[in-house]
Amino acid sequence: MIITEKKPNKSLTKKALLRVEGLKTYFPVKGGIFNKTIGHVKAVNDISFSVKRGETFGIVGESGSGKSTLGQTILRLQKPTSGKIIFQEEDITNLSDLQVRKYRRHMQMVFQDPYASLNPRMKVGSLIEEPMIVHGLGSSDERKKKVAQLIETVGLPSDAILKYPHEFSGGQRQRIGIARALSINPQLIIADEPVSALDVSIQSQVLNLLRDLQEEFDLTYLFIAHDLSVVKHISDRIGVMYLGKIVELSSKTSLYENPLHPYTQSLLSAIPVPDPHAKRERIILQGDIPNPTNPPSGCVFRTRCPSAYERCRQESPTLTHHGEGHYVACHLYTDLKNEVEK
Amino acid sequence: MKTENILEVTDLKTYFFRGKKIFKAVDGVSFHIEKGETLCIVGESGSGKSITSLSIMGLIPEPGGRIESGSITFDGKDLTSITKKEMMSIRGNDVSMIFQEPMTSLNPVLTIGFQVMEPLIEHRKWKKKNAKEKAIELLNMVGIARADEIFHSYPHQLSGGMRQRVMIAIAISCDPKLLIADEPTTALDVTIQAQILDLLRTIKDDIDSSILLITHDLGVVAEMASRVIVMYGGQIVEEATVEEIFDFPKHPYTKGLLGSVPKLEEERDRLIQIKGIVPSADKYPKGCRFAPRCKFARSECFDNEIMLRKVNSKHFVRCVLYDDPLVKIKEEKK
Repeated sequence: MIITEKKPNKSLTKKALLRVEGLKTYFPVKGGIFNKTIGHVKAVNDISFSVKRGETFGIVGESGSGKSTLGQTILRLQKPTSGKIIFQEEDITNLSDLQVRKYRRHMQMVFQDPYASLNPRMKVGSLIEEPMIVHGLGSSDERKKKVAQLIETVGLPSDAILKYPHEFSGGQRQRIGIARALSINPQLIIADEPVSALDVSIQSQVLNLLRDLQEEFDLTYLFIAHDLSVVKHISDRIGVMYLGKIVELSSKTSLYENPLHPYTQSLLSAIPVPDPHAKRERIILQGDIPNPTNPPSGCVFRTRCPSAYERCRQESPTLTHHGEGHYVACHLYTDLKNEVEK
Repeated sequence: MKTENILEVTDLKTYFFRGKKIFKAVDGVSFHIEKGETLCIVGESGSGKSITSLSIMGLIPEPGGRIESGSITFDGKDLTSITKKEMMSIRGNDVSMIFQEPMTSLNPVLTIGFQVMEPLIEHRKWKKKNAKEKAIELLNMVGIARADEIFHSYPHQLSGGMRQRVMIAIAISCDPKLLIADEPTTALDVTIQAQILDLLRTIKDDIDSSILLITHDLGVVAEMASRVIVMYGGQIVEEATVEEIFDFPKHPYTKGLLGSVPKLEEERDRLIQIKGIVPSADKYPKGCRFAPRCKFARSECFDNEIMLRKVNSKHFVRCVLYDDPLVKIKEEKK
């Protein structure tokens, strides 16, 4: 086994590859006899962050937090309600579908379910070649060469080209999905729960592969997952989502060593540790994630928060800087700051 | 003092037949569960862990599958030789099961109340009025607020965590002696998982039963189990107390499994990976079933069937490496 030393984080000096500003994606809820819009599911509700070139930005959240919608909106697979998506210093929020295709050459997606995301009637070779045809890249020979090369890069047997997806296991299919995303040399890869459908031993294979590819092709990842230990393993910076909002954003070490938001704290304490001797204080959250059509007033987390107080009901907290790139959206910290200043 | 075993499984073989192929899903598994303990079976998909639990419940899909040989002794009775009717009186009564999918394992057209009352009326022959009281008490016990309202709701009106709580309420309604939980938290979010695991722990003490927990999540194992069985390719490859499994794993597969999980408190650049994939149940390798993926495999691993070896009175491992005196000395020095 080769242990590769991770290079010092060059990305800090680099410019942002992707910037998201005040992004909102709402889905209308229809009802009544005239099928009028009676409300909105605020799947992504005012989210801002930036991803630097060469960096892995992780998004964690439970089901219903809007993390997948966020990924899809950035790829413009969902139409944003408002806000801006800036890719390579260019605003791509309002481009037409045809124009946006040009940008998709630079951003690709790896999906969660390797069983559903590959066309069962296409051979693996054509599956990997397809994105290049869509984007009109290379001649037929060049494409074939590239496919053969990609198959080797992602660690599939060379005879895979002529096989169908059903002949492969989950982990191998995920490798096909990755090869397909890589085929057009994208700069940004949005991976939406790429390992959650896989067994642990296979999961580690795919995580290691994603790491190697990042070094080899200088890729930038937006890594979306619900599993905190996986996100921590692969990410440089992490945003924690809850009900359409980012409640905490920080470098991974700072997030795990010093979680500020009560939600992050309980999320971290809820993960079962694979060590029978570990004794920890566990914060068990009460109840479920609220219905996103009717989110609570003020702070969205206040209904489950162990330290909620009056102010949380009245006003919604904003992300505020808390030193060394650590941002948190919680009244506890702004109030604390004010008191200290006084 | 000798502890009583609530369940003893001896040399269980559950095979599935498709055309000429024989899928040996469970191939010679023996274990026991002591009264009041939580036994965890860990393994990846295709290791046979779920089929083991279905065999105990007598729920092997027929035709196609059947228990070929072996015995399952529950509370002194051999479950493989009793009639279907007798099995029905045990299932849901003395042994009950919590399934992975809280979405699909409740009947969508019946109210929650009806489904919680059903085992009480069926097994205990209770009157509906008494059963209703008990059902509401059970729903309260599993932490469902507004139990008397939820009693009249349908499954689709509840969230995943709530449905799993209802499943647990149904499973414990007749105070089972053995509770089998097959991946009870896999479909749930982490914060909900923490709630459910906590609930299972308290319930176990409340009704004084034993738990057979089937999972692939080593974190859950560390938290819940008193003893652990690691399954691979339809066989037990290692069996030990939870401390021994995590502190002194012996089988290369167990070691690989432990190393392939990213840990929160550790910073690692690369995860240990086990190369290759789980073999299909119709064509296991001839010798050790893990040998083709094993870093330490040698010629003898490929030739003969490997037997379980005893490490100490509670620790067993299916690996030839353990016979090697050098390995043994190294282990002892540790």
